[in-house]
Amino acid sequence: MGRITLEKVRKAFGEVEVIPPLDLTIEDGEFVVFVGPSGCGKSTLLRLIAGLEDVSGGQISIDGQDATELPPAKRGLAMVFQSYALYPHMSVRKNIAFPLKMAKLDQAEIDRRVNGAAEVLNLTDYIDRRPGQLSGGQRQRVAIGRAIVREPAAFLFDEPLSNLDAALRVGMRLEISELHKRLATTMIYVTHDQVEAMTMADKIVVLQAGVIEQVGSPLELYRNPRNKFVAGFIGSPRMNFVEGPEAAKHDAATIGIRPEHIAVSATEGAWKGKVGVSEHLGSDTFFHVTVDGFGDPLTVRAGGEVDIHYGDTVYLTPDAEHLHRFDKDGMRLA
Amino acid sequence: MARAVTNRRKTLNTGLAWAIGFIIFFPILWTILTSFKTEAQAISNPPVFLFFDWTLENYAIVQERSNYVRFLWNSVIIAGGSTILGIIIAVPAAWSMAFVPSKRTKDILLWMLSTKMLPAVGVLYPIYLICVELGVLDSRIALVVVMMLINLPIIVWMLYTYFREIPGEILEAARMDGAGLKEEVLYVLTPMAIPGIASTVLLNFILAWNEAFWTLNLTAVNAAPLTAFIASYSSPEGLFFAKLSAASTMAIAPILIMGWFSQKQLVRGLTFGAVK
Repeated sequence: MGRITLEKVRKAFGEVEVIPPLDLTIEDGEFVVFVGPSGCGKSTLLRLIAGLEDVSGGQISIDGQDATELPPAKRGLAMVFQSYALYPHMSVRKNIAFPLKMAKLDQAEIDRRVNGAAEVLNLTDYIDRRPGQLSGGQRQRVAIGRAIVREPAAFLFDEPLSNLDAALRVGMRLEISELHKRLATTMIYVTHDQVEAMTMADKIVVLQAGVIEQVGSPLELYRNPRNKFVAGFIGSPRMNFVEGPEAAKHDAATIGIRPEHIAVSATEGAWKGKVGVSEHLGSDTFFHVTVDGFGDPLTVRAGGEVDIHYGDTVYLTPDAEHLHRFDKDGMRLA
Repeated sequence: MARAVTNRRKTLNTGLAWAIGFIIFFPILWTILTSFKTEAQAISNPPVFLFFDWTLENYAIVQERSNYVRFLWNSVIIAGGSTILGIIIAVPAAWSMAFVPSKRTKDILLWMLSTKMLPAVGVLYPIYLICVELGVLDSRIALVVVMMLINLPIIVWMLYTYFREIPGEILEAARMDGAGLKEEVLYVLTPMAIPGIASTVLLNFILAWNEAFWTLNLTAVNAAPLTAFIASYSSPEGLFFAKLSAASTMAIAPILIMGWFSQKQLVRGLTFGAVK
């Protein structure tokens, strides 16, 4: 079981309130991702749940039990750190066994569980090595192994993939998702990378300056962002925003349109613009188009092999169904 | 970019380094040489350097007159005991300062260090009287405690510097893994800090071994360590340089040998934190 509820949880460091009172419920078995830009308080929020930081107010409950005052060791949660935080003086086996040793399990049970975890995570060949002799990906696996052996109520991940190279990151992302499907244990995952959030989460919590901007499934956030911040943060490349007369035509202070919802034509369309730099990804091409009368260039997605070049004049047509309208406070208009 | 160093310059620098090293080491060398001379040769003018009648006579006399082993044993107990006791007290202290610092941590550290600036003789009376009151004058236990207190600021400072180098996340990981404070310090922090603790132990053992002020003032017979052993040879009724040298050589030999084998650790200990 791993249902976690935060009620009016707030955190201040001295005079600075980094997290104003906040409510959040994480259901048992959910994969929840906290996402937001650097310094939005997502890691602090995770550390409050872990018990590594004390709350300045409010209540944290785990499975209905008040855990607000419990030390981390007593909360039954496991955490994977960004730096892996392995014990450098212990072998992989001892690292993974450490939480079990702390829980005072008997040696036979410890061996059984450590061997099981090592097998699942492909660590059997490295079991007697020290963390210093492992690659980044292997270290990450050891950190995960150390977390899963004790069968915690929930897993907490603090940007676990940000120290890995791009290819490994994609692989580990899948492995963690796979692990979640298999264990069906609550996972809370902190990242600044919206791609990780979109691909892994059951539920995304978007944070800015300690405030929850929106909670919802990845597609909910993609389709119906509550405000400009969420709209700009979720989706890659980010949504284009247009202000001024063009927005006023739609009775809004700002309109937003995603790059994938703009049609490109060489001959006709709603907006006329000039092609700037383009990014060819093979499967897709992203053009940066400067439209007369708009501020920033728009990002537009087209197919992988289109015949459009730097300096060409093109016509763009936004897909009316996917046009988002925002008021002057950045809130979405229905 | 590395500076271009010519071979000639290198030779010159090496020669200079050896010369300075020799000058620093010379008094010890001279003491050792003198210990093998006769009393007459020890004070001869001009002094003899290597060509004299080598003799072990001084060592025999020194050993006959005083029981070297008993002094040695006291030194070992006082230096060892005070260092171990100091480490036991300093590890938790340094842990709290390094990992849960408060606004005043820096002040406390500086205050602790400032006690080292105090002239020791300033607190001789109170400490002497406390020892008399408690009936522990000239006892090893009193010396162990006093030496521990004298060196504690240095032990805490050194450990603090080492602990600061240990990433806090690893200790947090231990906490998440169910370790209480005791397990965290015992199974995670201490093993990771072993190199640092080793150099701290070594340095403080040497400091306690060489300390003469308190050992001379608080001991007479029973707890007298090697420093008192040397001092007993600088008698007022005549200078016995050769015997004094023999006694000194015997007193410094253990620490010299120990220092030789652990010089790498010692240098690391003394320069740690200065260069990153």
